[in-house]
Amino acid sequence: MTTEQALYKYCLRLGDNALIQSYRLSEWCSNAPLLEEDLALTNFALDMIGRAQLLLSYAGVVEGMGKTDDDLAYRRGERQFTNTLISELPNGDFAFTIARLFFTSVYEYYFFTELQNSADTTLKAVAAKTLKEVKYHKAHATDWMLRLGGGTEESNTRVQAAVNALWMYTGEQFETDKADAMLQDINIAVDMPPVKDKWNVYVQEVLLDAGISVPVADYMQTGGRNGVHTEYLGHILSEMQYLQRAYPDATW
Amino acid sequence: MAIDSQLAIWEVFMQAKPGANYIHAGSVHASDKKMALQNARDTYTRRGEGTSIWVVPSDAIVASNPDDNDMLFDPANDKVYRHPTFYVMPEGAKAI
Repeated sequence: MTTEQALYKYCLRLGDNALIQSYRLSEWCSNAPLLEEDLALTNFALDMIGRAQLLLSYAGVVEGMGKTDDDLAYRRGERQFTNTLISELPNGDFAFTIARLFFTSVYEYYFFTELQNSADTTLKAVAAKTLKEVKYHKAHATDWMLRLGGGTEESNTRVQAAVNALWMYTGEQFETDKADAMLQDINIAVDMPPVKDKWNVYVQEVLLDAGISVPVADYMQTGGRNGVHTEYLGHILSEMQYLQRAYPDATW
Repeated sequence: MAIDSQLAIWEVFMQAKPGANYIHAGSVHASDKKMALQNARDTYTRRGEGTSIWVVPSDAIVASNPDDNDMLFDPANDKVYRHPTFYVMPEGAKAI
């Protein structure tokens, strides 16, 4: 594996996470429990689409095959997508969506904080821009975790169920492989164990405050980063990619 | 009657740039201060409209009664000398 191939993989994974998370959040458009929350969630989806564009464009440049962000988003099959499984799970109820946003945004906050020190100037710039956005996503998700956890018996039951169901999907966020190690050697990639430690501390603190018990199960799902997905990704892609598949090269 | 699931109303005031007046932008629903501020941010600053936000619970606002308009506002109508219209605008000043 060359450095370029490793960097391509790295950018693709980050870009795919943003793209698929964005897709899921955008499904809340017109369906959220409050108008204000509807706007908030779709704002986040737009933040993520912006991030996906930057990262997938850069992945295309790094790969050097002349692919654009659109090519990568709309013309890859399921097995070529490298987003984490937690990004693609269906939205479930509001508590589930919030719990997912909480787990991913806390991870992203610590991850992009570190990525600001990357030796790669593009990733460094993307990290600085993204950090402002995910800082807000994290704050918003944290407040909702506290509200749902400390709200009514029903809200607490629902958010606890969401946390329990999502827990085994949180570990994949911190996985690393050869590509990551290669890039870490040249100070491009983020060193993950400290990110994981910070994530754990923050998550446990908020769950405790919210009256939500921290799951103890240590079995973790894996596969998304290597293209092995849940049954749900295919459904996302069939809808998302429909236009480009049915009318290749269609433009506005 | 349908149950109101939309929380309390807060009035939102936005400042377009530092030093400018805060102008009423609209209202949002929220259960607490923090949520009101976040909802105001998400609802009214999406296109770079502001640099600062105030939120105020709607029921904390005391409004004048329209029935009192004669008493409150009419006496000011015939007193043009209260306006600074007899001054010449200094060159370069945009507002006084």
